[in-house]
Amino acid sequence: MYVAVKGGERAIANAHQWLGEMRRGDTLFDALSLDQIREQLALSVARVMAEGSLYDPDLAALAIKQARGDLIEAIFLIRAYRTTLPRFGYALPVDTSSMRCLRRISATFKDIPGGQILGPTFDYTHRLLDFKLAADGEVGAASKAEALSEDVPHILELLNRDGLIQEEELTDAEPGDLTREPLALPASRAVRLQALARGDEGFLLGLGYSTQRGYARNHAFVGELRIGMVAVEMMIPELGFAIEIGEVEVTECETVNQFQGSKTEPPQFTRGYGLTFGQQERKTIAMALVDRALRWRELGEDDLGAAAQDEEFVLSHCDNIQATGFVEHIKLPHYVDFQSELELVRQMRRDAAALAEAAAE
Amino acid sequence: MERQEWLGLMAKADASELMGCWVAANLSPDYTELRPPEIGSVMVRGRMGGKGNAFNLGEMTVSRCSVQLSCGTVGHGYIRGRSKQAARHVALCDALLQTDDAPTITSKILSVLAGKREAAVAETAGKAAATKVDFFTLVRGED
Repeated sequence: MYVAVKGGERAIANAHQWLGEMRRGDTLFDALSLDQIREQLALSVARVMAEGSLYDPDLAALAIKQARGDLIEAIFLIRAYRTTLPRFGYALPVDTSSMRCLRRISATFKDIPGGQILGPTFDYTHRLLDFKLAADGEVGAASKAEALSEDVPHILELLNRDGLIQEEELTDAEPGDLTREPLALPASRAVRLQALARGDEGFLLGLGYSTQRGYARNHAFVGELRIGMVAVEMMIPELGFAIEIGEVEVTECETVNQFQGSKTEPPQFTRGYGLTFGQQERKTIAMALVDRALRWRELGEDDLGAAAQDEEFVLSHCDNIQATGFVEHIKLPHYVDFQSELELVRQMRRDAAALAEAAAE
Repeated sequence: MERQEWLGLMAKADASELMGCWVAANLSPDYTELRPPEIGSVMVRGRMGGKGNAFNLGEMTVSRCSVQLSCGTVGHGYIRGRSKQAARHVALCDALLQTDDAPTITSKILSVLAGKREAAVAETAGKAAATKVDFFTLVRGED
């Protein structure tokens, strides 16, 4: 148990002052601007927005600067900030089939309507350090070609035409909202997806990997991965109709998994789904793998006891702000608590010694 | 242009470009703020599998404002991000577009923003098209 302590104000103020100086680093070098962070560390910004659960690239850049690049600390700052905002309402679900794609690939079909678009990817790079960047080399402009006019339909719909893939349920059900009600188990898929979308990338990556290694028998293909801009529409009561209130960048991943069929479902392919703010493909693929593993109950699969199938385990531990709060709080003063433990151990030792003495007599 | 369309166009524009256009249009209408500019959040939603039931993805920052011109016309502004001034400008444009000043707003603001957006969309689409790949599978010569 943590018991409040008093005092230390001057030391704390000085520690924070020193932190400010350390954050700035050697003044021989220019200070980082928020524009530089937003533009040049865009994938860190994306992670902070997704796990901070607030889309605002400028704020994410500020949080990264303030946190000295510690992304979980930056996410913490964003989460704290978002609680201060009045909620204007809920947007209509984004239509990812009308995304303006920067990237759009499928690992299941080679020839797809709309084409395979690699986009600005690390894939197929050699992962060799580029010393030109250290020398501050200027880069050439990206090549351009004539824009493709084709639509980019969701690829898994190709399978759906033949009924080979499980259909998504479409109702007007109001999804649960973790920012309004605490997590209750068993959770709906909507709540699970919200938790995963803001869950820790590293935790979900490990869990997703575990499903591929056999913990949950989950052999997935990436049916489609797309990154791009989608419009956010909201119903505006004072207007009486919905308008677009902005655009956000998102990454979407649909996995397709073979499924033997169960007592309730015929053999067919099933889906896992990942959607996150920003360009975050590793996280989004992992999210889709974990989403699929958590669906075992509704698909009538067996509980294999795998971590990724355990809703309570996954949802209670995927939030890095909850996790870091509890893990890190044990470094704060626990003096009273520990004194009682110390007294207890001393008492037990006295009792044990007394018993040993009595036995010897 | 319909009201829905112009509000969407301004909301998707860069806030600084919008304000630049407003200054260039050189308008100074009399108005009162029915709802002073405020910053808040909107919960963005997705659909399971891109097409199924909705779920809450995460919030985004939004600024909004409502104004009334001296002639009584009301305008509303909603824009992503934290710019109270941009939200006020959207609301003013929305109101003015319902008045005789509509041609000025259309030519000095909407058409400029539409042109910039079209160029930006084409730029991204062109770069994406240049990375379109045609994978082909190789015969593995096993027989």
